[in-house]
Amino acid sequence: MNQTIIQVKNLYAGYHDQAIMEDLTFDIEKGEIFVILGGSGCGKSTVLKHMIGLLPPVSGRVLINGQDMVSATGKSRIRLLRQIGVAFQNSALFGSMTVLENITLPLKEFTFLPEDAVTTIARAKLGLVDLAGKGHLLPGELSGGMKKRAAIARAIALDPAIVFLDEPSAGLDPLTSAEIDLLIMDLAKTLGITFVIVTHELESIFTIADTVIMLEKDTRGIIARGNPNDLKADTSNAYAYQFFNRKPKRDKKP
Amino acid sequence: MTQPASLTIDQTDSALVFAFSGHLDAGGIAGVWERACRRIKKAGGPALAIDLSGITYFDTAGAAFIAHLERMARDRNWKKTDITGLDPDAFSLLERIRERHSEPGHGTVPSGGALRTFVENKGRFLGDFLYDAQTFIAFLGEIFWAFVSSLVHPGRIRWGETLRVAERAGANALPIVALISFIVGLVMAFQSAIPMKMFGAEIYVANLIGLAMVRELGPLMTAIVLAGRSASAFAAEIGTMKINEEIDALTVMGLEPVRFLILPRVLASTLMTPLLTVFAILVGILGGAVVVLSLGHPFVAYYNQVVGFVSWGDFVGGIIKCFVFGILIAATGCIRGYQTSQGPSAVGDAATRAVVSSIILIAVFDGIFSILYYALGV
Repeated sequence: MNQTIIQVKNLYAGYHDQAIMEDLTFDIEKGEIFVILGGSGCGKSTVLKHMIGLLPPVSGRVLINGQDMVSATGKSRIRLLRQIGVAFQNSALFGSMTVLENITLPLKEFTFLPEDAVTTIARAKLGLVDLAGKGHLLPGELSGGMKKRAAIARAIALDPAIVFLDEPSAGLDPLTSAEIDLLIMDLAKTLGITFVIVTHELESIFTIADTVIMLEKDTRGIIARGNPNDLKADTSNAYAYQFFNRKPKRDKKP
Repeated sequence: MTQPASLTIDQTDSALVFAFSGHLDAGGIAGVWERACRRIKKAGGPALAIDLSGITYFDTAGAAFIAHLERMARDRNWKKTDITGLDPDAFSLLERIRERHSEPGHGTVPSGGALRTFVENKGRFLGDFLYDAQTFIAFLGEIFWAFVSSLVHPGRIRWGETLRVAERAGANALPIVALISFIVGLVMAFQSAIPMKMFGAEIYVANLIGLAMVRELGPLMTAIVLAGRSASAFAAEIGTMKINEEIDALTVMGLEPVRFLILPRVLASTLMTPLLTVFAILVGILGGAVVVLSLGHPFVAYYNQVVGFVSWGDFVGGIIKCFVFGILIAATGCIRGYQTSQGPSAVGDAATRAVVSSIILIAVFDGIFSILYYALGV
């Protein structure tokens, strides 16, 4: 039976009082790979920032396991944050720490594990993302794909139920991008993690996504939702059809 | 090579007529743009006629120019603009530029006269200043609160990071602090010795140097060196972390950036500034000693003058200031780093603002301390 893990209710996304997306409502099921999709500058990353509690929305609610992320403060907010992991677009690894130290940081801050246990767990996470033996390197010494893997390893350090990924394939070659896709599918399957991914990489979306919502700048809302392969054939929304079939405006519309 | 366009202007009863010839490209229109625009601004219309039959080349720059002239005429409510002499390809290019051009008035600055602009600028500056002051004070409050709660739970302080920052901001600053203080002591002693020698009072240079270094110059010079060295470094470090989303990463991990990043820097700076100041005072006094010794006085005489004249009250007064300067330097550097925006110059701007703000605050607080000490009779 499906179980809703995230509920976004009447979310007005934006900065201060300026909404760039209006009245977004959607649910995310436990264990699915959920993709938030849209053209450049439509506000995907802003919606993500509201969902992870980095930016207060204009209005609306984001419920994670029934608890509101938007209004949570103090310890209840920390408890909510413990349920999520985030890998940012440019990885956001701490440049002054080694890869291993990046992963041990949340373990040291939020658990009372002895040092060797922390290191062992962190090494295991590195192994999960195929970075075994790279823990001693600084982030500056890693390739783009390795940085993304290390960021995912840090995001799953505390075994969160949900992992948010902002543009995980951005700036990667097709092969490395495909490897990241495989990694995401593997982690979703083996660890049962729910992935919420912001991207506009169609190849990745068709490969990994169970459910997609598509945002559009002009209508300031969701213009399509469902399985990406179904949406590719759906002609009911011209922009969504153009987007999924890579047909820019000047081409003939369906 | 680009041939410049030429323009013939004719004003008839029915229209202002522009006849262009030559190349209408970016290079070609440079010589006629201003003249054509000026003429439209002066003329009364009632219509615009553009004859392009004499042109030999036409590209997007030329099309943008013609579309601009059309728009100027339209903005002045002229009846119409007739364009003649364009071949179909060039005309379709012009159509394309018209379609894609931003709406009328877009990007133009509303003119309101020099006085209005002046008042607007001052108002905006004041608004920005007040907003900046508000965020600065709010941030200082947040740092203070983190500081107090860390005193209650000292285990939450990142002591390793604090020591690392103390080494970089404090111990590594010893050579530059020593150099500046020695030179300040030396130069001040030298400059004051010349007139004092005329009265046979050159030994009192020791009193001057001792008191000035302990009460004012030691704390002030150390603080200014640290503002240039550490505040900018803190701002650059934290600014780079902000741009790389590292601070966002900390936040979503549930680690407060103020406790994690800022508090170790504030603690290290607050503890190291007084220590560096003691060192600066000693080296500055030594600088003065070099001059006094060169004037033929023994070191013991210089030492006795300094020790006999400078009281413990002077010393404690100077050191208390240093704690405040240390907090100001670190807090300003961290806050400016935290306020880093996006863009290639953002980190540089943050570092510059950190240095400027901390030097201003140091000067202001030094003045406040002077008044306070005067009132207290210290």
